[in-house]
Amino acid sequence: MSEHTVSAGSRQQVNLAGLSRADYRAAPSTLCQGCGHNSISNQIIAACFELNIVPENIVKFSGIGCSSKSPTYFLGRSFGFNGLHGRMPSLALGAHFGDITLKSIGLSGDGDTASIGLGQFKHLIRRNLPMVYIVENNGVYGLTKGQFSATAELGLVLKKQGTNPYLPVDIAMEALIGRATFVARSFAGDPKQVKELIKAALSHNGIAVLDIISPCVTFHNKENTMHSYGWGKDHEAPLHEVSFVPPRDEITIEDFEEGDVRDVILHDGSQIVLKKLHKEYDPTSRWEAMHMLEEANRNNWLMTGLIYVDPDVPSMVDMQNLVETPLNRLPASQLRPSCESLDIMNESMR
Amino acid sequence: MIQNPVADVRKEIEGNHKIVNDFCITISTVNGSGSATANLTLLRTLFRMGIPVSGKNIFPSNIQGLPTWYTIRLNKDGFLARLEQDDIVVAMNPASFAREENYVVPGGVLFYDEDFAHPITRSDIHTYSMPVKKIVKESEAPAGIRDYLANMVYVGVLSHILGIDLDKIRQTIEYHFKGKKSASDTNFAIVQKAAEWAAANLVKTDPYQVQPMPELSDYIMTDGNSAAALGAVYGGVQFTAWYPITPATSLSESLMEYLPELRKDPETGKNTFVIVQAEDELAAIGMTAGAGWAGLRSMTSTSGPGLSLMEEYMSLAYFAEMPLVVWDVQRVGPSTGLPTRTAQPDLTQAYFLGHGDTQFVLLFPGSVNECFEFGWRALDIAERLQGPVVVLSDLDLGMNTWMTKKFEYPSQPIDRGKVLWEDDLKKLLEKRDGNWGRYLDIDGDGIAYRTLPGNKLPGSGYFGRGTGHDEYGHYTEEPDVWERVFMRIAKKYETIKKYLPAPVIRHEPGNRKAIIACGSTDMAVEEALHLFEEKGKSFDYLRLRALPLTQEVADFIEEHDEIYVVEINRDGQLKQLLTINLPREATKFVQVSHMDGLPLSARWIMAEIEKHEEMDK
Repeated sequence: MSEHTVSAGSRQQVNLAGLSRADYRAAPSTLCQGCGHNSISNQIIAACFELNIVPENIVKFSGIGCSSKSPTYFLGRSFGFNGLHGRMPSLALGAHFGDITLKSIGLSGDGDTASIGLGQFKHLIRRNLPMVYIVENNGVYGLTKGQFSATAELGLVLKKQGTNPYLPVDIAMEALIGRATFVARSFAGDPKQVKELIKAALSHNGIAVLDIISPCVTFHNKENTMHSYGWGKDHEAPLHEVSFVPPRDEITIEDFEEGDVRDVILHDGSQIVLKKLHKEYDPTSRWEAMHMLEEANRNNWLMTGLIYVDPDVPSMVDMQNLVETPLNRLPASQLRPSCESLDIMNESMR
Repeated sequence: MIQNPVADVRKEIEGNHKIVNDFCITISTVNGSGSATANLTLLRTLFRMGIPVSGKNIFPSNIQGLPTWYTIRLNKDGFLARLEQDDIVVAMNPASFAREENYVVPGGVLFYDEDFAHPITRSDIHTYSMPVKKIVKESEAPAGIRDYLANMVYVGVLSHILGIDLDKIRQTIEYHFKGKKSASDTNFAIVQKAAEWAAANLVKTDPYQVQPMPELSDYIMTDGNSAAALGAVYGGVQFTAWYPITPATSLSESLMEYLPELRKDPETGKNTFVIVQAEDELAAIGMTAGAGWAGLRSMTSTSGPGLSLMEEYMSLAYFAEMPLVVWDVQRVGPSTGLPTRTAQPDLTQAYFLGHGDTQFVLLFPGSVNECFEFGWRALDIAERLQGPVVVLSDLDLGMNTWMTKKFEYPSQPIDRGKVLWEDDLKKLLEKRDGNWGRYLDIDGDGIAYRTLPGNKLPGSGYFGRGTGHDEYGHYTEEPDVWERVFMRIAKKYETIKKYLPAPVIRHEPGNRKAIIACGSTDMAVEEALHLFEEKGKSFDYLRLRALPLTQEVADFIEEHDEIYVVEINRDGQLKQLLTINLPREATKFVQVSHMDGLPLSARWIMAEIEKHEEMDK
């Protein structure tokens, strides 16, 4: 099904928005060659191109770190802001209310999200701000040249750092416990899945957390360590095959064998189609999701796919009861109450 | 019921000596005992009798149980600063009774609960004991709320002894309970009973009286935090994120009250604003900065410790040029300090916020009325400047109820600064052969044109960042580009000076001595100047209302030989800032500062200046 959508885009020069892939690109990456983050940037470009999203309708946010540099490597026409370490969520939240018709994509890393940013990350989740929150998770600090991050596994050995004595923060688990309404885990070495999950996340009316294992080829890519390409390739165990179907596309029964498929209908009418691979997995059960993550952790599996989704929880924007006009376009006449109203206020204070 | 009648006091009364509308009442209660209603009733009733009045709450950082004092100053001439003089003391707290007895001035008055076991030791004061429990019991008020009603007893007794109109008290109580009839009836019943009891049982021996004056029709009564919030509402605030902290909390809570009342779309009833209680100040400032960047009139409020946490985002907002307003309602620091006491200890902190070379617009409201004015003006300045504005209020201004001039409707239209929407940008690009950049100084005033997310014109988007960038927002580490962009930002702060509130100057030709102050000390300075005048001494006075420093301030300083800088902190922070700005004038400045948690009084300022003048001789 997703193949169908992709081909519609890639065979033509332009998509339905009249834009070519070049309209979604940006400055060349200055990250290391082979960095998982570049692959994720490319999938963001592909997802937005294929979904015919005009770049001006997306706003990019990031914190500090290698991951946070990446928003300048995709969607060059979009507005974006590179905030403070671990404090992108608060900036994105405030900015989102400038114009709630825009889609927000946040790019963070494990250093940015799982250390100083853990508080803002969890509070962003608690508020269910409609936003795609991608963690490019490599277990290591790249910009400062190879220190352990809070997601580095116990016992990991790094060149200058020695052996990591602490247990890692599991970002997907934190998101689940924080009651995120969309939690996925993927692997930069599985671009097709990354792209489909990004598409689904862009349609989700609420916080969509994507914890993407994105190897650091320079400081942390030893065979058999978590967060490496080798380990990811050997241990990735997809929960299902994910396909995203935009609202206007019709899904036909021939596309999927009966009984193998589970679909989740999102707020805007789009669907996430999950094709069973090895065993049944229900991504609408938080309990099952936590159980699965715990099992994966014990068995050293990299379980990827849509871990949890609840499309029907009201978002923070829904709760605000805002006027239809984007707030940043309201005219002055709607911002200043009348002179008479001040007379009444004055009188009430006598 | 008269205790310890004293011969010389009696003589005063016989000699018809009266003290009318010019004294202080200090009421001592237990924190959390519901005394606020009683105290505000007294305060507002006096105001409604036309008597200039101010009230100050001296309260502990505690919810219930510790002593708390409320002082009311009546002054027929309109001086409302703190007066360290307890003419009349109402003692409702047995724990602090002995202390309060000593506070009373000779010839003053002590009202106290008759249940107190302490013997009266003073013989030079008038005393009235009040059967508080008895009066409350007889009122038939529900048992559960009796403790909270006890304070209405002194309202009734004082009304009788001082001559406060009971009918006006009733109206004030009704106002206080916003038409909740049973609550106002229950409270007023106690007042009435207490007044009746006093009429039947007390003989007035003291000289203090209140008398109605012409109506104060140009004035209102409110606190600076409410005023700031209301001012921001009329300034079009659209986004506020905040985290609770004394003494700033009530500013945001006032926004929560006023915004839904005044800023819903009249047709749809939908909101034109967003209020977020953040998880901490780090997040509150991040949200505020994000909203400001995205084109919303954006503000937060906090106090010293919160401002410390906001520092890194303030530095980003300076460099990435994001408009936002921070209200710092100052309290005693450093550290947690005295969270419920007033001071001006954040002047240098706010001035120097952020690592690297930064600069901030600081505003200093000097009255509740000015809190309203700066409420809207700060938002205009922030968007004109494209940068953060810090408004430095304090606990005394923010949390105490003051008599103040009625709020005036903003005198100028909302200023959104240099913003380009699709058509504006198209025109500009046509005019300039496509040469526009977010950080390009097109007008030569240091302020560039900004676009906002949501602008659909391809090319309008840019990437905001705290890293080095060129005029088009692209990352760069080029030395000359960095310096060019950075110097251009400095230029903005020259341009913005003409948008700042000018200093308030009182100048007499030939006068070579002056006082400089900022913020809430104004009332005390004004009164000190008056006291000096009575002694035949005159000082010029400049009340600073904004930084960066303007030429007008520099000229004033140049024209004087000796300048007393009056402020509420230990180290003379305003003096430090003036010195840094005008190093050649440094020797002219004399530090007149102290910080003990209380507002300055005119007498203290006068004594300090006199001490220095004495040394000069």
